[in-house]
Amino acid sequence: MKKIMLGNEAFARGAWEAGVRVVSSYPGTPSTEVTETLAKCGDEVHVEWAPNEKVGVEVAVGASIGGARALSCMKHVGLNVAADPFFTAAYNGVTGGLVVLVADDNGCHSSQNEQDSRYHGRGAGVPVLEPADPTECKDYMKLAFDMSEKYDTVVLMRSNTRISHSRGIVEEGEREERDVIPYEKNFRKYVAMPAMARVNHVKQEQRLAQIAADAHSIMVGVPLDTDELAAAVEGYPLNKEEMNDPEIGIVTSGICYQYVKEALPNASVLKLGLVNPLPLQDIAAFAAKVDKLYVIEEGNPFLEEQIRAAGIPVHGGKDMFTIQGEYSANMIRKGFGVEVPETKEVNAPGRPPLLCAGCPHKGLFYVLSKLKTTVMGDIGCYTLAALAPTNAIDSCLCMGGSIGMEHGFEKATGDSKNLVAVLGDSTFIHSGITGLVNMVYNEAKGTVIILDNRITGMTGHQQNPASGKNARGEPAPALDIYTLCRAIGVRNVFEIDPFEVKELEKLIKEETERDELSVIITKRPCAMIVKQTNVPNVITDRCKNCRQCMKVGCPAIAMKDGKPFILRESCVGCGLCTRVCPFDAIESTARGGEEGKEAK
Amino acid sequence: MEKNILIVGVGGQGTLLASVLLGNLALQKGYDVKLSEVHGMSQRGGDVVTHVKIKDGVVASPLIEKGEADIIIAFEKLEAYRWLPYLKKGGAMYVNTQQIMPMPVVLGQVEYPADIDEAIADEAATLVEFDALALAEEAGSNKAVNVVLLGAASKVLPFTEEEWMEVIEKNVKPKFVELNKEAFAKGQAV
Repeated sequence: MKKIMLGNEAFARGAWEAGVRVVSSYPGTPSTEVTETLAKCGDEVHVEWAPNEKVGVEVAVGASIGGARALSCMKHVGLNVAADPFFTAAYNGVTGGLVVLVADDNGCHSSQNEQDSRYHGRGAGVPVLEPADPTECKDYMKLAFDMSEKYDTVVLMRSNTRISHSRGIVEEGEREERDVIPYEKNFRKYVAMPAMARVNHVKQEQRLAQIAADAHSIMVGVPLDTDELAAAVEGYPLNKEEMNDPEIGIVTSGICYQYVKEALPNASVLKLGLVNPLPLQDIAAFAAKVDKLYVIEEGNPFLEEQIRAAGIPVHGGKDMFTIQGEYSANMIRKGFGVEVPETKEVNAPGRPPLLCAGCPHKGLFYVLSKLKTTVMGDIGCYTLAALAPTNAIDSCLCMGGSIGMEHGFEKATGDSKNLVAVLGDSTFIHSGITGLVNMVYNEAKGTVIILDNRITGMTGHQQNPASGKNARGEPAPALDIYTLCRAIGVRNVFEIDPFEVKELEKLIKEETERDELSVIITKRPCAMIVKQTNVPNVITDRCKNCRQCMKVGCPAIAMKDGKPFILRESCVGCGLCTRVCPFDAIESTARGGEEGKEAK
Repeated sequence: MEKNILIVGVGGQGTLLASVLLGNLALQKGYDVKLSEVHGMSQRGGDVVTHVKIKDGVVASPLIEKGEADIIIAFEKLEAYRWLPYLKKGGAMYVNTQQIMPMPVVLGQVEYPADIDEAIADEAATLVEFDALALAEEAGSNKAVNVVLLGAASKVLPFTEEEWMEVIEKNVKPKFVELNKEAFAKGQAV
C-alpha cells in the first residue's frame, strides 16, 4: 500500500521491514520520529529511550553481538556523545546487522551547530549511506542492514532536517522476520584490547576497500544477495549516473540532488547514495564524460576535497556555494546564471519562538532575571529564556554542559555568589550527573538548578528515566532526582514549585550565598502534558501599569492602548502573572474577574 | 497540473493537519506530492511554514522557492506578509485576519509593519481575507481554523467535494469528522 510518510517514518518502516529487533535512542530534532514510530510497532521490536546516545549505541552493539538486527538513532551532536563506542564498534564489526542513524541540521533549525556528520563516518571507517527522499529512506535502511551483515561492519545512515522532515509517497512492504543468530564466544572480535584492535583495524580497512570496489554494482530496493540480472531489473543503483547535456556534470548526494534536479534539469548528474567510502573510479569515469565537473553538497567540502585529492579536476564547489546553512534550487540557479523570478522584498518583524503560556520554566527565569543572576544554561526549551524579556541565560554549550561551566566559572572567579547552573531533568540525566559528581568531589560551592518537568519537552515530549513511563508510554520505574543528588553527596538539596516565585527567590538568594554546593529542583510538569484550567485571567482596574507581568514573557500577555492586556484565547489560566503582580490586579475569570473592572 | 501551496502560521495553530490533508488528497488522486515542514524549537510560538508540492509528474525538491507558490494559505496576517515573496505572479492568497503579535513587537523593540494590507493586496491576484477563527468557533472549535481555510482555498485546488469529504473522514478522529465537515463548508461559502 502507498502512504504519505515523513522521511523519519520511512526510515522506521525500512528498519521494521528489515527485521530490526532492538532500538535504543535518545531523542533529538530532527531524528526523533524514527524511534517514536518504531515504538508504536508491536512486540516484535524492543524500543527504548536511553538516557543518552552513548548508552543507546552501546545497547545496539550488545544487541548485535547477541545476534539481533539493531538500530540507534540520534541527532548530529548526539553522535559526538556516542563517538566512543561508535569508533571502536567500527573495528569490531557485527553479528546481527547494526545501523546508527544520524540526522544533521543544516541551517540550525533546532540545534547549536551545523556539524557535518559525514566526517564521523569517515573518521570511524564505516560506510555512510545518504538517501534523497522518503522512498530511499526506507530502501536504504533495508540495504544498510544487509550491508552491515555482508561486510561485517557498522553502517552509518546520514540524514538531515530536510530529508527527515519532508513527506513523500512510499510503498509499504512486508516485514522479514529474522531469527536471532546463535551466540558464539569470539573474544578476538569483540574484546577491544591493543592486540586485537591492531588486527581488527586492518580488517576494517580491508572491508572498506571491498565496499568501495563493490559500490558500482550495489542495487537498492532488492536484497543484497539478489543475483545480478534480477537486481538490475528490480532495483536501482546506489550510485546513479544520469547523463544529459555533457556540458555540466554534477556530483551530488542527499537533498542537494533534489535541488539540482529542480534547478538544472538538463545537467548530467552523478548521484551518490554511498558517500563513504567514495566510489572514486565511478566519479573519475563520470568526470571524463562531462566538460566541467561541479560538486554540490551542503556543509563542508567533504566530497569535493576527496575528489580533488584523487586528481579529478573540479570546476566548481565551495568556491561557488556556501558552507553555511541550507541550499535551495534558486541558490543553484543563481550560481549557474539561470534566471530566478523577481519578488517583492518585505521587512517583517521576526517571530522568535517562546516558552509556552503556563510553562513551569517561566517562574524560575522571572526570578533569575529579577536577581540578575549569572546563569550557565543548557540544552532544552529553557534556552529560550536567553531572549527578551527575561534575558536570563549567559551561556549554553552542550547537553549537561551547564554544570561543568558553572564549576569552571566559580574556580576562575573564586566566587559562586549569584551564580547558578540551570538544566532540565532529561538533560541532567543525559550527562549532567557526572558534572555534579565532579562538583562534589572538587568541593564546589555553587548552585545547580534542575528544572524537573517530568518529560523531554523540546523534542516533542519523549519519556525519560524520571517520567515514570517507558518509550511505549507504559508504566516504568521513575528515577528520584532528589535521592540521587543526596546519594552523590550533595548535602543541600531542595524541591520547590517554580510558580511559588517569592519562596523561590528567597531560596535562590540563600543557596547562592551559602559556601556549600546546593541543588534546587524546581518541580512542575510541562504545560503541554498536563491539562490546564484554560480559565483565562484578566487584568482589572487595579492595574497601575507597572508592567511587572510583562517581565514573565508570556505569549498570552500583550500591550493594548499602552497597558498590559491578557489574550483570552492564549491564556491557559496558570496564574503565574497573578503571583508576580505587586498590586493584586490580575485575577481569574472563574473568580468573577472582569476586564477593566474592580473585582467583586 | 502542478500546484505549489505554502501554508504559513504561528507554531501551535494547526498548520500541519492542513498539509497532511492536502498530501493525502494528492495521493488519493494519483499525483506525486512532497511536503516539507519544521519541528522542534520553531514550533514554540515561532513562525512555521509547510511546503506542499503536487504534480502529475515527479516532484524533485520538497521546497517551494521565492516566486513559485500558486497559493499561500496564511493562518495569521503578519505571516501572510512575511511569506509574500514566495507568491507567484498571479497567485492566490487565503488569509485569516487574526493577528498574533510577536514578542519583539509586544516589547516595543520593533514596529508592526504599517503596509501589510496594501502589500498583500498589491501582490495577490486573488485575495480572500476573512475571520477564519470566528467561522471555526461557529463550527464548534477554534482548532478548526485549518479546515475553514482549506474550504476557502478548495475553489482553486484540483479536488472534488467528494474527495475532500473522503480525506477528512480518513484523517480526522471520528468524533471530530462532522465538526470538520461543517468547518470546511463554512470556508467554502466565503
